[in-house]
Amino acid sequence: MVAPPPTAAGRGWLTTKVGEMDKPAALLRIENVSKQFGPLTAVDSLSLEIGHGEFFALLGPSGCGKTTLLRMLAGFETPSSGRILLDGEDIVAVPPHRRPINMMFQNYALFPHLTVEGNVAFGLRQERLSRAEIATRVEEMLALVRLKGFNRRRIDHLSGGQRQRVALARSLVKRPRVLLLDEPLAALDKKLRAETQFELMELQRKLGTTFVIVTHDQEEAMIVADRIAVMDRGRLRQVAPPNDIYERPNSRWVAEFIGEVSLIEGALRAGGILDSVFGPLRVPPNQTARGKVWLALRPEKLRLSTTRPEGDLNALSGTVSEIGYRGGVSIYKVRLADQSLIKVALSNSGPSSRLEVSIGATIWVSWPKENGVVLTQ
Amino acid sequence: MKRNISIFNVTSVVFGLAFLYLPITILVVYSFNASRLVTVWSGWSLAWYRELFSDEAMIAAAWTSLRIAALSATAATVLGTLAAIALTRFGRFRGRVAFSGMIYAPLVMPEVITGLSLLLLFVALNVDRGFWTVVLAHTTLTMCFVTVIVQSRLVDFDRSVEEAAMDLGCPPFKTFVIVTLPLILPAIAAGWMLAFSLSLDDLVIASFTSGPGATTLPMRIYSEVRLGVKPEVNAVCTIMIAVVALGTVTASLMAKRGARRREPAALAAQV
Repeated sequence: MVAPPPTAAGRGWLTTKVGEMDKPAALLRIENVSKQFGPLTAVDSLSLEIGHGEFFALLGPSGCGKTTLLRMLAGFETPSSGRILLDGEDIVAVPPHRRPINMMFQNYALFPHLTVEGNVAFGLRQERLSRAEIATRVEEMLALVRLKGFNRRRIDHLSGGQRQRVALARSLVKRPRVLLLDEPLAALDKKLRAETQFELMELQRKLGTTFVIVTHDQEEAMIVADRIAVMDRGRLRQVAPPNDIYERPNSRWVAEFIGEVSLIEGALRAGGILDSVFGPLRVPPNQTARGKVWLALRPEKLRLSTTRPEGDLNALSGTVSEIGYRGGVSIYKVRLADQSLIKVALSNSGPSSRLEVSIGATIWVSWPKENGVVLTQ
Repeated sequence: MKRNISIFNVTSVVFGLAFLYLPITILVVYSFNASRLVTVWSGWSLAWYRELFSDEAMIAAAWTSLRIAALSATAATVLGTLAAIALTRFGRFRGRVAFSGMIYAPLVMPEVITGLSLLLLFVALNVDRGFWTVVLAHTTLTMCFVTVIVQSRLVDFDRSVEEAAMDLGCPPFKTFVIVTLPLILPAIAAGWMLAFSLSLDDLVIASFTSGPGATTLPMRIYSEVRLGVKPEVNAVCTIMIAVVALGTVTASLMAKRGARRREPAALAAQV
């Protein structure tokens, strides 16, 4: 899986290092925010900055505090400590109905007693805009989410996908500074979800609104977001663009949470050599760490061959334990000398590209040293 | 699901229904009796309904009952709904258990005790008993029923709909009025209907708390029957049964419609 390149806005924001004087002011700034529910700490002194026009994803397993953080941004929860700044102003004390931030709810939370139009117009009616202006903006929004002509439809006569779009239109019609999306696609089936992900990205590019999405689906986060914050037990594990998170995870936890990975433990010594149970393995150059580390290997960065490969490669021998055909790729599980399993993904780019091996056969797993990532924690 | 239609099942259903409805059926049928003797059937007639509508005391009592029922049901609905909101929304406030116990107590309290204690209260406060004391007493009696109905609706109410309203710029109180109230209205209406029916057929509490000039229909019927059952009483009872049945059926239909309306939304969220 390859993540799309981040948009220009996302990139520009990223290349600026924290602490520089010419840094553009972040739109949203979360400073040491904690949230306690009784003895439970849902969010633990978390700091984060989200830029203008960014598509930002909060990713983590359920119960990691991502939804709590989102609800604090919306104003439904008050932080136990810390500040939340929007354009430099602390909004912690501002009630939800006065924040220029709108939210799309996981179950959509549409008003069942109102029509499609009534739902979308609800936010504008609170601003006491003129009838004509409300009508124009509702029409505009319905056209944008491809629901033209659904104005008078009742909510219970809509399909799941249509409800999702009504919810999106309703939360965008007020032109919020930040749109919060709480698992917006979780209720859709797989195919519709994939289509909607691209629609969301297109919509976000078109409007230039800052989107903050909460999801537990790492693939979804990688596809839609410019930048991902990986959360675990109320803390941030890593904040980076999707390809950095995937290619350069900062810990075993992140590497294992995002995508699939095989880890080889060993001691790092000078000269870029890792002493492992399989003997010395070469690692990418310029390692500063010493001592106990882990070498992380993604399945698609490994090669398989029936004979020991030639050239400057790390190579381990093993036996084929399982083969899984997935259409585009085949997954091979190879049992190594220490009885651990290593996963290798081979692309099935042509009928002849498939490796002619059967379960139990002896095989070599190899990779150039640049394909491994050294993790210290 | 397999249905078992055995002789035993049919018999038990027939007996059960007969046990419940035979007395009422007899009463209704005999209200159309042409004979003056309550127990002798001599053909169909609407004579007793005609007589009933010319009985001014009976009409006055019915009017009193209807007014008391409407007023006390309205008051009970307001108070009962507020209590239901307090119980479901304010989380674990101090004394919540005691509060909910106190609200539900009248459900199981013998009516004689409720009636007697209210009588003692009114006497102690030196309140002249009459129309308004009965309204108050019936409000006390029926409020808990409204609370039970409204609370059951509020418990499975999706709070995120309210959050969505506030998120879109609607202040909390306005959210309650334009979002929450319309959605729990079927339950509130059902509560009102039930309170109305309960007030209409109460005899015990009304007898304790009523005064001169405020005779309710059940009180009037009871005093008539003590002098011997007149077929006219059958007629008035038949009308009351019709009114109460209508109220109860409407209430349950409303509650059902409210449930149906929110089902598709709940289903969509689960998919």
